[in-house]
Amino acid sequence: MPTVSLTINGKKVSREVEARTLLVQLLREHLSLTGTHVGCDTSQCGACVVHVNGRSAKSCTMLAVQAEGADVLTIEGLAKGEQLHPMQEAFREHHGLQCGFCTPGMIMSAVDLANRNKEPTERQVREWLEGNLCRCTGYHNIVKAVMAGARAMKG
Amino acid sequence: MPRDDGIGAAVRRKEDYRFITGQGTYTDDINRPGQVHAWFQRSPHAHAAIESIDTKAALAAPGVVAVFTGQDMTGVGGLPCGWLINSRDGKPMVEPPHMPLATDRVRHVGDQVAIVIAETKEQARDGAEKLAIKYRILPAISDTATALKPGAAQVWEQAPGNLCYDWEIGDKAGTDAAFAKAAHVTKLEIVNNRLIPNAMEPRAAIGDFDRATGEYTLYTTTQNPHVIRLLMGAFVLHIPEHKLRVVAPDVGGGFGSKIFHYAEEAVVTWAAGKVKRPIKWTAERSESFLTDAHGRDHVTTAELALDTAGKFLAMRVATTANMGAYLSTFATSVPTYLYATLLAGEYTTPVIYANVKAAFTNTAPVDAYRGAGRPEATFVVERLVDTAAAEMKIDPAELRRRNFVPADAFPYQTPVALQYDSGNYAATLDDALKAIDYAGFEARREAATKRGRMRGIGLSTYIEACGIAPSAVAGALGARAGLYESAEVRVHPTGSVTMFTGSHSHGQGHETTFAQIVAERLGVPLANVEVVHGDTNRIQFGMGTYGSRSLAVGGSALVKALDKVEAKAKKIAAHMLEASAADIEFKDGKFTVSGTDRSLEFGQVALQAYIPHNFPHADLEPGLNESAFYDPLNFTFPAGCHICEVEIDPETGVTQIVNFAASDDFGNIINPMIVEGQVHGGIGQGVGQALLEGCVYDGEGQLVTGSYMDYCMPRADDLPSFKVSTRSTPCPHNPLGVKGCGEAGAIAAPAAVMNAIMNALAPLGVKRVDMPATPQRVWQAIRAAG
Ligand code: FES
Ligand code: FES
Repeated sequence: MPTVSLTINGKKVSREVEARTLLVQLLREHLSLTGTHVGCDTSQCGACVVHVNGRSAKSCTMLAVQAEGADVLTIEGLAKGEQLHPMQEAFREHHGLQCGFCTPGMIMSAVDLANRNKEPTERQVREWLEGNLCRCTGYHNIVKAVMAGARAMKG
Repeated sequence: MPRDDGIGAAVRRKEDYRFITGQGTYTDDINRPGQVHAWFQRSPHAHAAIESIDTKAALAAPGVVAVFTGQDMTGVGGLPCGWLINSRDGKPMVEPPHMPLATDRVRHVGDQVAIVIAETKEQARDGAEKLAIKYRILPAISDTATALKPGAAQVWEQAPGNLCYDWEIGDKAGTDAAFAKAAHVTKLEIVNNRLIPNAMEPRAAIGDFDRATGEYTLYTTTQNPHVIRLLMGAFVLHIPEHKLRVVAPDVGGGFGSKIFHYAEEAVVTWAAGKVKRPIKWTAERSESFLTDAHGRDHVTTAELALDTAGKFLAMRVATTANMGAYLSTFATSVPTYLYATLLAGEYTTPVIYANVKAAFTNTAPVDAYRGAGRPEATFVVERLVDTAAAEMKIDPAELRRRNFVPADAFPYQTPVALQYDSGNYAATLDDALKAIDYAGFEARREAATKRGRMRGIGLSTYIEACGIAPSAVAGALGARAGLYESAEVRVHPTGSVTMFTGSHSHGQGHETTFAQIVAERLGVPLANVEVVHGDTNRIQFGMGTYGSRSLAVGGSALVKALDKVEAKAKKIAAHMLEASAADIEFKDGKFTVSGTDRSLEFGQVALQAYIPHNFPHADLEPGLNESAFYDPLNFTFPAGCHICEVEIDPETGVTQIVNFAASDDFGNIINPMIVEGQVHGGIGQGVGQALLEGCVYDGEGQLVTGSYMDYCMPRADDLPSFKVSTRSTPCPHNPLGVKGCGEAGAIAAPAAVMNAIMNALAPLGVKRVDMPATPQRVWQAIRAAG
């Protein structure tokens, strides 16, 4: 079995995995980082979004071995200790989540958007989130949260 | 000063921290020591006889621990249906067995045939590929409209012509007589499209068996753990309640689809007892598409009779409802008591007759999905009303006003069994008209026309019956369960409180809303209240969360338990203050002897309850822990008005929602932020039904829309932001005055969207567009009319 070595949430990690093991499986099943979710089998729902080398990526679409040497950030690594990331705060403040299942992927996706576009418009947020499904919120409050979170990240 | 975290405050949710930090615990996040993994082998055919299953090669595959088929599950019962419907001739519905694993036949694609259990999920799946299953393919039927027609393939021998039941409600002769005298009759053929619920968390289940105690535990993605314990324990596996624990941890959305007892739950629990190791199964999304209970799927002919002034005289409805291959837990009640009883809508229509025929088909079972019956009823009524308005050239808002049950007419008895308790339909209509600027619509339409867009506006003034249900009424109508709720309030010695509810939260925010009620009532900080739900070993009992019932029924049970806590605490305070309990007043967390300044804090009384050094034990027990069951006196009747404005590009058929306003009457509101969120989510699903979502089976019963590539879910860029507001006529018969808000959007929105589309296309003479109004359908309708 191949070994994959990478950095996850700032920690160096090495694991033996099957060649077919997906990055999301490495996170959930091998490392018990269950904040990253699996909502589909066709790379469409975005529940599994993490950051790979600073960019959002669907961790169900990547093999674990493809992340060799990469710097991976998951929802568990987003807050600085007790201090929530501004995007996490914004989701709570604007009721951007209900059941919470899509939330980790939404937040990771939103952070990437805000990193690229400091002040996204409603239209830009809606288009960016095209790859993240939420069945609970009708997106209304997610969009509000992402815009507020982006503003807060700008500082 | 009113507190800022009590009843009526938009408190930020207590549960959010764990979800936004990735620390939620959903079923698939749980791993039990020694756990093995299951793969369900499913039928690739819609209808086939199982001739043989050879498991030898699968059993020999690497890592495989066990393989079971239907033949192995001896002594096990079928999955029960919870609601008996009698046909109009008095005969009970046809109720075929639904075995957890198919024994001799498969009846829909995805029907489970065998379970393969292995050390890893991959090994289970690889092992399943080695199963040799011989099928003899049989003719299949999937289409609702033709399922009851002569010549349709037969799903069940015991159901000739695929008829499950042929049910009616209302006054047929009176309705026919009213139609005979009508000045105008509006008639519509309506398809209520089949939907796939698609909670974002796929179903999952872990069966566990403790050899030391003989106790089974099932972790499962359910909205109602006690109901699953009852159905699975008593009917399927024959495990007594005290040896069966059902845990519903964090659940990632339900929308009805996680009410029902599913075969996989029973099979992994049963198999855990055989292999003596915990067994985990998590659905792949493609399994969710194939096997989660679907929703809606009605074909209806509906007629509305009016007099020359536009007064509704009568309504006549004939519906065929698709049940799928098996009767799911509440399937039979959805197109009957949750549907036809709502056909009066918000109107004074004096006579109504509805006939509903339920059909078996070779498709996944159909059951309650957000709104369950009420969206179908609202769609029938509101499409009829808007069409009648257009035909009679009466403004649709005005036509509604002429027929509303007036605000001073409550309680109002409809001709289809329900008694509406309260409401003010004109008020929510006015609010919504204002919010959308109804008066300015024609100018907006003209402007759109100049831009080459067809603009339309559509109203939907809906009513729903929630807070299901008075057990006596439900029982009389065929429910095989009571529909009360339970609550327990445990005040700890230091004055903090744990509250146990039989309602289950899977996005609705109960951990906050219920805590607000406790905090306000007992005068304790919100942070000192913990709400516990979802575990049959911790909660005394529960009927669960569906039909917007949690606050109306579960919240009422909580109030009853709080009443008891207050009464007991007053007795303790009276003892401490050497006064009579009747003289103790309790307010803002303080017990005071009335007319004096002698008082005690809530915490002092709580502490004394557990340090009863000088209690008169004959009259006063130690402790402060009370529980209650609440059985509602009536349904609750949330109602309101949703208005949608669309623009259609006639070149492409693309419909864009440009404006959406809602005004809802949910009675009193505990947390307005959560309520708004519920409305948004409901509208999202309602718009999904109207514009995007449609489950399609082909003629062979193969599911064509079996993934997110083919089944179009609403995405952020398909929807606008919504203008929502509320009004309150408090519910007169529950202690909180609440009505429920979870389903409103899904009930109201489809009719509003489709009425807007029909309004936009009216200048072309388009008479019919079915949901989902995809660009292709709209474009074809425009071309056919042009
Ligand atoms: S799990 Fe759905 S996109 Fe990755
Ligand atoms: S919050 Fe439930 S899926 Fe988004």
